[in-house]
This record gives sequence, structure tokens and C-alpha cells, in this order.
Amino acid sequence: MRPFTFERAASPEQAVSAFAAQPRARYLAGGTNLVDLMKLGVETPEHLIDVSRLPLNEVATTQEGGLRIGANVRNSDLAAHPAVCRTYPALSQALLAGASGQLRNLATTGGNLLQRTRCPYFQDTSAPCNKREPGTGCSAREGANRDMAVLGYSEHCVATHPSDMAVAMAAYDAEVEVLGPEGARTVPAAEFHRLPGDTPEQDTVLRPGELISHVTLGPPPEGARAAYRKARDRASYAFALASAAAVLAVDEGGTVRHAALAFGGLAHRPWRARRAEEALIGARADAQSVGRAVDAELAAARPLSENAFKVPLARSLAVTLFTRLAENPTSPAGT
Amino acid sequence: MAVTETTEGVLGAPALRREGRAKVTGTARYATEHTPPACAYGWPVAATVAHGRVTGIEDGEALAIPGALAVLTHENAPRLVEPDDPTLFLLQNDRVPHRGWYVALAVAETLEAAREMARTVRVGYDEEPHDVLVAADHPDLYHPEWANGGYPGDQHSGDFESAYAAAPHQLDATYGITPLHNHPMEPHASTALWEAGHLIAYDSSQGASTVCQVLAAMFDIEEKQVTVVAEHVGGGFGSKGTPRPPVVLAAMGAQHTGRPVKLALPRREMPAVVGHRAPTVQRLRLGARDDGTLTALQHDVATHTSTIKEFVEQAAVPSRVMYGADGIRTGHRVVRLDVPTPSWMRAPGEAPGMYALECAMDELSFSLGLDPVELRLRNIPETEPESGKPFSSHHLADCLREGARRFGWERRDPRPAARREGDLLLGTGVAASTYPVIVAPSTASVQSMGDGTYHVRVNATDIGTGARTVLAQVAAQELGVALDAVRIDVGSSDLPQAPLAGGSSGTASWGWAVHKACRELRESDGSIVTVDTTSDVEAQEDYARHAFGAIFAEVSADTVTGEVRVRRMLGVFAAGRILNARTARSQFIGGMTMGLGMALTEHSSLDARLGGFVQKDLASYHVPANADVPDIDAHWIEEHDPHLNPVGGKGIGEIGIVGSPAAIANAVHHATGRRLRDLPLTPDRVGVLG
Repeated sequence: MRPFTFERAASPEQAVSAFAAQPRARYLAGGTNLVDLMKLGVETPEHLIDVSRLPLNEVATTQEGGLRIGANVRNSDLAAHPAVCRTYPALSQALLAGASGQLRNLATTGGNLLQRTRCPYFQDTSAPCNKREPGTGCSAREGANRDMAVLGYSEHCVATHPSDMAVAMAAYDAEVEVLGPEGARTVPAAEFHRLPGDTPEQDTVLRPGELISHVTLGPPPEGARAAYRKARDRASYAFALASAAAVLAVDEGGTVRHAALAFGGLAHRPWRARRAEEALIGARADAQSVGRAVDAELAAARPLSENAFKVPLARSLAVTLFTRLAENPTSPAGT
Repeated sequence: MAVTETTEGVLGAPALRREGRAKVTGTARYATEHTPPACAYGWPVAATVAHGRVTGIEDGEALAIPGALAVLTHENAPRLVEPDDPTLFLLQNDRVPHRGWYVALAVAETLEAAREMARTVRVGYDEEPHDVLVAADHPDLYHPEWANGGYPGDQHSGDFESAYAAAPHQLDATYGITPLHNHPMEPHASTALWEAGHLIAYDSSQGASTVCQVLAAMFDIEEKQVTVVAEHVGGGFGSKGTPRPPVVLAAMGAQHTGRPVKLALPRREMPAVVGHRAPTVQRLRLGARDDGTLTALQHDVATHTSTIKEFVEQAAVPSRVMYGADGIRTGHRVVRLDVPTPSWMRAPGEAPGMYALECAMDELSFSLGLDPVELRLRNIPETEPESGKPFSSHHLADCLREGARRFGWERRDPRPAARREGDLLLGTGVAASTYPVIVAPSTASVQSMGDGTYHVRVNATDIGTGARTVLAQVAAQELGVALDAVRIDVGSSDLPQAPLAGGSSGTASWGWAVHKACRELRESDGSIVTVDTTSDVEAQEDYARHAFGAIFAEVSADTVTGEVRVRRMLGVFAAGRILNARTARSQFIGGMTMGLGMALTEHSSLDARLGGFVQKDLASYHVPANADVPDIDAHWIEEHDPHLNPVGGKGIGEIGIVGSPAAIANAVHHATGRRLRDLPLTPDRVGVLG
């Protein structure tokens, strides 16, 4: 580990100005990913700004009837929060599907969004990786790519974003509030992470020095039900091979009024399936029409040598989620 | 059932682990928890090419780091006498046989400085082409003379081809297993110091006596000038059965710097330098009569080894033991690749070999329309098939019947894909298990302390198995005293020499010596006795000695995702006398859990272009988590075998893993109707089943 300096921020504004003074700084929250990467030599910050004790640990009800989640709310606490369990069950399910109990106790809402890919080549400083070291090449594209992307990747990077939480947030149309040197702004969660293009070193649309302060959830559409489902190699503590978060509202006749679908494990960011959603609105959420809608979305998939299985897996997850949600539209909000 | 004796008294009792309190309270010292005064820290530098030569090492930047003490390379490291094991001949030349091979060692005042030094050492390479991928048709495969364990590479009896050609029922199937890693919880680690020409090493090892001998030879000193302590070891699963790089590097670093040096392998480097289970491609051909009796059996194994050491996973060997047939042909082919050197991993040979054989038996039972338990019962041989030797005892049939009864096998609907519960397809499977009885000469001493207590000394290693507890039980039983009247010291080469904890042989080997010492003490007038069992071991009658077992598994396969999970697992074993019911149960279910991992979750791969293992941490190398192991149980048949060591145990450390992968894979077939022959059965392989 390279020597680094450390300071504890007194306020979000002070954290942002401290960052501005130290271009090779990193914000430190739960540290569950950043500290690992520092030990591996993947992250080599010269300055750490500890934001973990900033007063950003409240889950508050908004005037609109949604939730405003402080960036420091721990994953465990958010998953267990009564309002989250009641109104945003897919978010609670996604959080509990991630990592381990110990990690969830430390990991924060903001940090979860900013965790880096678990691509093995990104974590191995002896391997070429455009995300870690731009211009060195992508080892994964023709290497061990079973866990890599099938959608939206580029020749420069085929990594996936590892978060479960972010997938649910994308489906719930969450908004990420950030504070930066130029003030505060809001970014939709579904657009917070970016596709790799030719700058895979940039995971998100955050500008240098911007700090996540909150994630805001609007009230879910009336009558909406939602669920998250994740497929993985072992029953806990494994990243998603593919996952899906679905939010569905149908009218009394069974016609879809609102449909949101986001996939995890398929792309460099949570993959909001807009094309599938559009196809579903006004249709019936039966296996056939959902399947058609999801097929339209996944037609763009370009599997790599080892991950063609992800396409039927993602389809199966989405079809199962939507049809189950539609089967019993009057039961409580989650499955 | 040959149950002629139940264990009574102290031997067989579920005695608590003697070091349990020390372990759970954190006072048990592991190898790097010894910190001698002025201790320095080592961090190795791993090669980043798969094949080639080191052309230059720049260490100026590293040595400028505050706290830097030294960078050892092949140009300045202490010269070593070449050992038998080439994986220990470190920093002696410029050759890089595989990615991850150590090319330098950084030593510093702190762990952090040593790590940073290692990261800044610049190594130049002259890279040569490499090849790391084995296949059944690799052009460089050859037939080795020997497979691991001293077994002939190829062996046959009768005429396989004629028997197979004439068989009314034939099966020809090929099974694949990826490389697997041992990944004990405690990494390989060592703290070494030199005191007036005497080398002391606290080492995480399964056998300190061997480490002592090898270090003495490599550093060209007398064995009595070396002390190796392995008092507490956090698992090994075979990967600590031989001396490993940390102890050699720490000793070199200490010699070079004049400071004690502590070195724990980074988890990420373990796959490359402490062995792995080599991948296997196994072709099984079975011929059978209408009644299921086997007439022909072929087991061909293709596997890899490194360019510096021939290690051949003896996966075809269990097919020489399990079932009789008119024609049996078993053999191994191996290719030398630019890969890390494979080595022992829990039940080398038996674990992968029985996966293939027992899946093939399941396939045969299915095509015959015969119950898989019954098929096995019909093929239990009278004598060991390949050798013709009588078995010292053989209770596979009892294990199968008892397991079937406990598991509720008779209620099974044999049709595949017939049980459904919501999204889940359910199925059950069975497989036999076996492991050879291995015993090695050992010494031990026992002293009467004059106050009714006794002191047993033996360089056994307790790698978490409960060995020191069980050996104390052996002594107490033989001396006729209470368990707490026996003090026992294990885990130091200064104690009477003993073989390693490996091959499921530790308790039999050490226990024999402890038993003999106690008996001789009891029959003598003296107060201290030291014994050696070499002549006893050599005088054993010529029997085929094997433990057997039967594993039953129930799985669910999620039709939505292809996720397979075990619902329950049962093992019933016949492994001689069980010496401690508590620690034995842990061994059995621990082995079965590792078999579950082999079947469903554990997977490693070599990167064809970069040449190294891809999965290097416990987030990507998936050992089973608690949630994967919901209901697992082990039982055993009290087996009295008069042809074993006087303690009467057959060894239990490995038999639990054997058979478990096949039982699970067979259950997956029963659940889904899909016969998937390549492990692990992860969702990418199982696929959506809806």
C-alpha cells in the first residue's frame, strides 16, 4: 500500500473542498471495496477523505411520499428499514441478495453505487486492463469472460457492474443527489453508471470531486408491485450471473399500466430495459407478451465466448418476475 | 454386518478438542503469530509471464522505500542445495516455469513496506511461448510410468476390448473437472529465524518433520540444527503436506538480513505456488450383462502437470479397487504444460476418479433400468479386482443398505424430472465412496510423571482435525487412565519424528506409535519409553485395505435460473474403528461439504493468453457458504478389522469428499433429466430448465 494522507470531513461541503485541493484523493465510506483495492494496488490514492461519519445516515420520507436515503445509510439498515420493506421490496431484496452480512453492515448506500467491477483482470495488476490502466487492453474479452457483459460493452471493456442495490434503484427510477465543486445536482440512478465506450476507466457520470449525498426514491406508481431476483453460483456471497428487478402495475382488466425492468450482471451498468418496458405498456403481463418484450430488449445482446447462457437466463428471470407480479396484483407490494 | 465390538471408554468418546478453547479465544498461535524480537516482514514478487527467463531486476525504487531491508533475487539470494521438490528451488536461477513463480523476495520492517517494495520491484523478462490448456487430444500427452501415490500409470487385467465388444450393455462417457484449489483458511505462512546457526521456523504445515529434513538439506546443515514448529495449523487439505515456498523464503530472508522474517502468502498468490487439483478429462467405458454385472471397465484419465515436476492425479486408481470385471483397463496420460505444479488436494485420485466412475455407474443403472444401489451391490467384488488380494474388511454393501434405509431411498421414484415443487425440480442420487488405508512408520515417546499422569510426545500435526485429542485418547485408553491424566505435545520437529497429516494416515500412523509406546511403558519397569513402528508397519500382512462409504444426496434445480442447491446429504461410512465421535463427524461432514463445493460451486480456470489462474480470491473461487449446506449428516458402521493397526482406524480425513460430487451430479440428473458431465454444475452449465 502506498503511503497516503487521511482526513475526516466535518461536513459534506468541507469534504468536497478538501477533494478539490487534492486531485488524487478518494472518498472513504464503508471501505469494503476501496480498502481491498488499495491493498491490491489497484487504487492508489494519495489522500483519503473519510466521509463515513458525515450526518448522511437518515432515511426520511419526502413530501411527495417517497424516501430520501442518506449516502451513509448502511446496506443492512436500508434493507431492514420498514418503509423500504413495505414500499420498495425489490430494493430490500436486492440489498439482502448482495455480499455477506458482515459486508452489508459496513457498506454504505453511496459506496455501494461506487463499487468497482469484480472483473478478475481489473483486480490483477499484472494483467492488462483498460479500466485500471487505460490503453493496456482488455484481458477479459477473449479471456475468462463467463461473468462479463452481453450488452453495451465495447472492445475496450466487457466488465459488469457488480451492485445488486443499484439494479433495484434503477428500476425504481431513483435519483442520485451529488454535491460537487460546482454545487449540487441530481442524476437518475439508471443513468448514473455509464457504458464503457472508449473510456472504461470512468464507471459513472460523476465529475471529479463530486460526492454522493443522497438517493431519492419517488413514490412507486399506484398499485405497483415489485421484486428482485438474482441467479448466482452459490446461495450467498456471490455476484450475480444475472439478476433482474421488476416493477409492475396492472389495471383491473390485467393490462399493464406501468412496467420497469432493470438487469444486473449483463452490462457495465444496471441495464434499464426501456425497449421491453415500452412493449409491455398496454399489453397483458402473460408469459408470451413478456417474453416477446424481453426478447426485443435482448436482441441487442452480443454474448462472448463463455457467457451466452446469460441471455436465456435474463429472459427467464424477467418473464418469471413479471408474470408472478401480474398473477396476484392485489397482494402486498412484493413477492 | 460385521459389528463385533462397540468402542467403550475413553477411545471412541466424543472428547472435546483440547485446543478448542485456545482457538476460539484467540490464544492459539499460528505460524505468523510468533513475533520474535526485531522481526521483519517478507513479501514475495511473482512472475508476470507464463514462461521465460528473468533478464533483469531493478530494485532501486523498492530499496528507497522507508523501512526497506533487502530485495532477494536469484543474483543475491543464499545458495541452496537443490531439493527433490523443484517447487522449493527458489531464487536460484533465472528460469520462470509458470506465471506466479517467485522471482524475488522483498524484506522490510513492516508488512506494508514489504508489500509496497514487492509492487515496485521491476522485473524484466525474456518471454517464451506458453501452453496451459490440457485436452484429451493434446498432442503432447504421454503415459507416465507412475501416478501420484506410487501407483503404476497404466494397468490392466483380462481383455478389456473383447469384453467390452461382447457386452450387451455398453456405456461410453467422458467427464470433466476443472482445476481446483485447496484454499485453507490460514494461508501458507512461516516465521523463520537463525540463532547461532540454528534455524527455527514456525510453519503452517501438515508435517513438520519433513519440513525440518528438507530445510536441513537445502541449507546444508544438520537436521538437529533445524526446529520446525507447527503447533496450530488452519487447514491444509493436502496443500501443506509438503514444504512450501514461505518457509524457504522466510529462512532465506532471515539468513540474508540477519533478522527474523515473517511471511504469509497473499491469498491471491496461493493458486500458483501451493499446488492445485489438476484438471482431468476422464473417459469411462463400461460393459455389463443384462443383470448389471460388469464385464468390462475402462478408465482413461488425461491431466496436466508442470514443466518442472511430474505430478499425475491418480484418478483412474479407484477403478482398480471398486468393481470386478472380466476386462479392466485403467490408465493415465499427462501433458507437461507451463502451469503451476499440481499437488495433493483432499483425496487426490479418489475424489475426481470416483466422480467419473460413480456417475458412469449411475448412467449404466439408468440404461439398465436397475436401481443404482442394487447395481452397486451386484458388483461388489470378492477380492480386490486388479491385485486379487483379499480385503482386510469390506462393508460397502452395509453402507449402501444402511444409507438407503436412513435416507428413505425405497420411496424414490426412479423416473427423472418427475418431482416438482413450484419452480424447483427435485432429485436424489447415490454414489459409493472409497479411500485406501495408508499407514507410515512413526516414532513416539511416553513418560510416566510419577504422579499418575503421563506425557506423550510425538511430532504429529493437528491441522484442525482433532489429532492431538484423539492421540491423547489412544494413550489414555492403553494406559488405563483418565483422559486428563495424559498431557500430549505435538507439532514440533524437536519431538519424536512422525509422518505428515496426509493421506488419511495420520491417526493410524501416530496412533500406532503412541499405542505401542504406552503398551511398552505399561509392561516395563521404566518411566519413559520411545518407540519406532517401522518394523511393525513393514510386517503387516498382505491385504487390500480400504475404507468404503455411501453418499446420498437430494438436490433442487431451479427451473428459472438453473441454480442447483443441495437439500440434504447423508454419508454412511465403514472406516474401521471410530476413535472420537465428535471429531470424526467433523471430518466426514467437512469432506462431504468440500465434495459439495466440487460438484456445484468450485471452479478455477487457466487463462490461455496470460497463462495463470484467473480465480485468485475467495470472492471468485466459490467454496460453499453456510447457506449452501443446509442439512448434512454422517453415520458410520462400527467396523472391526483385525488386519489394521492396533488402534483399529482406517482413516477418515478424505473419504467424505469422495463420492459426494457423483451423488450430487446423479441427483441433478434425476431432478432434471439432464446428464451434465462437466463440473461444477453452475447455472451456466445447467441452464434455464423452465
